[in-house]
Amino acid sequence: MAPRVDALYFFLLGVSGFFSLLIAGLIVYYAVRFRRRAPDAIGARIAGGMVLEIGWTVIPLLITLVIFFWGASVFFAMARPPDDTLNVYVVGKQWMWKFQHLNGQREINELHVPLGRAVKLIMTSEDVIHDVFVPGFRVKADVIPGRFTQLWFQPTKPGRYHLFCAEYCGTRHSGMVGEVVVMEPDDFQRWLSSGSTSGSLASAGAKLFADLACNTCHRPDTQTRGPLLDGIYGRTVTLQGGSTAIADEAYLREAILNPGARLRAGFQPIMPAYQGVVTEDGVAQMIEYIKSLQPPEGLR
Amino acid sequence: MSGPVFLPPRHYLNDGYGVASWLLTRDHKRIALLYLIGVTFFFFVGGAFATLIRLELATPAGDLVSDDTYNKLFTMHGVMMVFFFLIPVIPAVLGNFLLPLMIGAKDLAFPKLNLASWYIYIVGALFTMYAVITGGLDTGWTFYTPFSTVASTSAVIPAALGIFVNGFSSILTGLNFIVTTHRMRAPGLTWFRLPLFVWSLYATSLIMVLGTPVLAITISLVAAERLFNFGIFDPARGGDPVLFQHLFWFYSHPAVYIMVLPGMGVVSELVAAGCRKQVFGYHFVAFASLGIAVLGFLVWGHHMFVAGQSVYAALIFSILSFLVAIPSAVKVFNWTATMYKGSISWDTPMLYAIGFIGLFTIGGLTGLFLAAVGLDVHVTDTYFIIAHFHYIMVGGTIMAYLGGLHFWWPKISGRIYNELLAKVSAFIIFIGFNLTFFPQFILGYLGMPRRYHAYPPEFQVLNVLSSAGASILGVGYIIPMIYLAWSLRYGRIVGSNPWGAIGLEWTTTSPPPTENFAHPPIVTWDAYDYPTQVEGRIA
Repeated sequence: MAPRVDALYFFLLGVSGFFSLLIAGLIVYYAVRFRRRAPDAIGARIAGGMVLEIGWTVIPLLITLVIFFWGASVFFAMARPPDDTLNVYVVGKQWMWKFQHLNGQREINELHVPLGRAVKLIMTSEDVIHDVFVPGFRVKADVIPGRFTQLWFQPTKPGRYHLFCAEYCGTRHSGMVGEVVVMEPDDFQRWLSSGSTSGSLASAGAKLFADLACNTCHRPDTQTRGPLLDGIYGRTVTLQGGSTAIADEAYLREAILNPGARLRAGFQPIMPAYQGVVTEDGVAQMIEYIKSLQPPEGLR
Repeated sequence: MSGPVFLPPRHYLNDGYGVASWLLTRDHKRIALLYLIGVTFFFFVGGAFATLIRLELATPAGDLVSDDTYNKLFTMHGVMMVFFFLIPVIPAVLGNFLLPLMIGAKDLAFPKLNLASWYIYIVGALFTMYAVITGGLDTGWTFYTPFSTVASTSAVIPAALGIFVNGFSSILTGLNFIVTTHRMRAPGLTWFRLPLFVWSLYATSLIMVLGTPVLAITISLVAAERLFNFGIFDPARGGDPVLFQHLFWFYSHPAVYIMVLPGMGVVSELVAAGCRKQVFGYHFVAFASLGIAVLGFLVWGHHMFVAGQSVYAALIFSILSFLVAIPSAVKVFNWTATMYKGSISWDTPMLYAIGFIGLFTIGGLTGLFLAAVGLDVHVTDTYFIIAHFHYIMVGGTIMAYLGGLHFWWPKISGRIYNELLAKVSAFIIFIGFNLTFFPQFILGYLGMPRRYHAYPPEFQVLNVLSSAGASILGVGYIIPMIYLAWSLRYGRIVGSNPWGAIGLEWTTTSPPPTENFAHPPIVTWDAYDYPTQVEGRIA
């Protein structure tokens, strides 16, 4: 992403430099060339000129349209991660970053990622608004309590990169910094499996699912009172009232914490809200568990 | 010079003495001076906070003040400068003084309301100063939720109350200006004969009246959530934190134009008088002001490109932001064209006008970087933003204000300041400003986030440059304070029209009488109608 952002930046520097020098040059030239030579001298009588007015309205308009489309195309690329990303869950809190890899490996204020692989961060906050900013990758996104936001990047050079909190969050805002460590894929695999993890996110999610007795209602037989979750991830679901939603991470998160907000069609609003019951870490684990459930034969 | 010049025997400054004659005055000119005292005081308060910020940032470690203190410093710098200096400065000081004079009226439409506006401004400022003294405010001037409503332990309520109250001062001033412009123009002074400063004040007033109530609502909701635990913005109570940003920027983006439109109006006056020539494309410049006022209400979302709004909303706000740049560009081109074949003076006001055009151009062009969504993602919330809006607010608004103050000072006081000192300090300000803020563009692109108390050591060189520039800039602001004050008593008396400028304000005495004009003027000429209308100096 960085080369694309930089290209636009340098194009804009060129445009700005040209117009700044044009205006500054004209002003200085006129100020000298047409300086007042006698105390009583007055300027020439020129009211305006339609051709010039149209010219300096239309030409800047066309230039800004070019910049708009260029900026928009870069933004589209930023907003659309590829399908096969390596996902990492991120939780911001005053004043630290917590990262959870899918295999259960956790880290704080340091994010290890493999070289060349597209990485998607699925992010939320436990308190106020934070913001993940990695200047080296030219990416930034707010981390907002109560919802998921996401950001993706594809590192192209090994090394350590600054990670800053870029949304003011209180006392130690400027201490809420970390590093993204880009490693060779083999080194990354070794790092990922080092230390003791308490199992993958999905397995932790399965345990939580059982502990909270979610399977009392979300079950495959005729006793079911909640939607069957097998294979639901990524599908389009019909909501009460006829509208639809894609069951992505953000939808599943809301369905756990505040199930009444976007209720599936055909089900009663009987599920309690788990807001305040399940932690942000727990939400991430349950989502990964649900994602791991294979769709039943008929729906595959 | 033809013989000695004397002050008129009777003018607004000697029409009554004593504190009561000032604090109970209904004369727009005296109220303008009351505002002048207020905004100057808060400018130096805000400037003192800025000085401490730049001192802290001279080294990468957070070693001069604590992190909490630093957070309060940048918050109070922003609050003081935005709400109690930049928003009122040109409308309430220069606008108040000049609007009736420029349209040939004896006062504003509602003189008592005008005085009330000043008192409301002072009461609002007192609440906010109370917040400063009793522990300060650490939310940033933007009051982002849920930090401001659930996390901050600082004096949010008194500061919010101050800003809420102060808003009514803006609304009443705007209302007063709109009615005055409609109802009080001299016979013959049609809309398209108005000075461009009046057009810009009119556009500004529309924003004040339409936008400020939204700020009052937003601030009230923050107070309600903080005091009564309403779940409006706090997601833990079912609120939406981003809703606050929509409400806040719906006012605060147009507020940028409240700050800069009057400056553009001042520059049109300075350029016309400095070139003794009508402003090139008068109608285009006048309508550009209205265009900016209207489009300015439609671009608030560009403050939230990384705040999780939808891709399509971002694209719409992006293209609208590019559109609002066009009328600003049109103005810059028209001012430049005005200089062609002018009779260009190198007096202090024109130096400030030239400085404004240069700095505003850079401020405006860097706005294009921020409107381009894909690029904004990288530079938003960094020092690039800080540099950009200081080029607009300080390089633009303050340069225009100082230019206007130097231009109309002989009208306000009847006397002229030391012109050599004035030119020297204009240069000091220009140099100091660029040294302070240009390095911040580079810092931002390199990735230094804003509102950082401590920063990685590789950013130090550029920060030291910026701090050095700030010390030069500070000197540049103090010198005019001194020589302007000195000139009030010792300055040379200059008569009614020292610049040989066109405009109704130059047809009455300096200082003007309380009722402004001995005989109500009748206007039969266009604005800046140079060859036919300059009295005395030009044959």
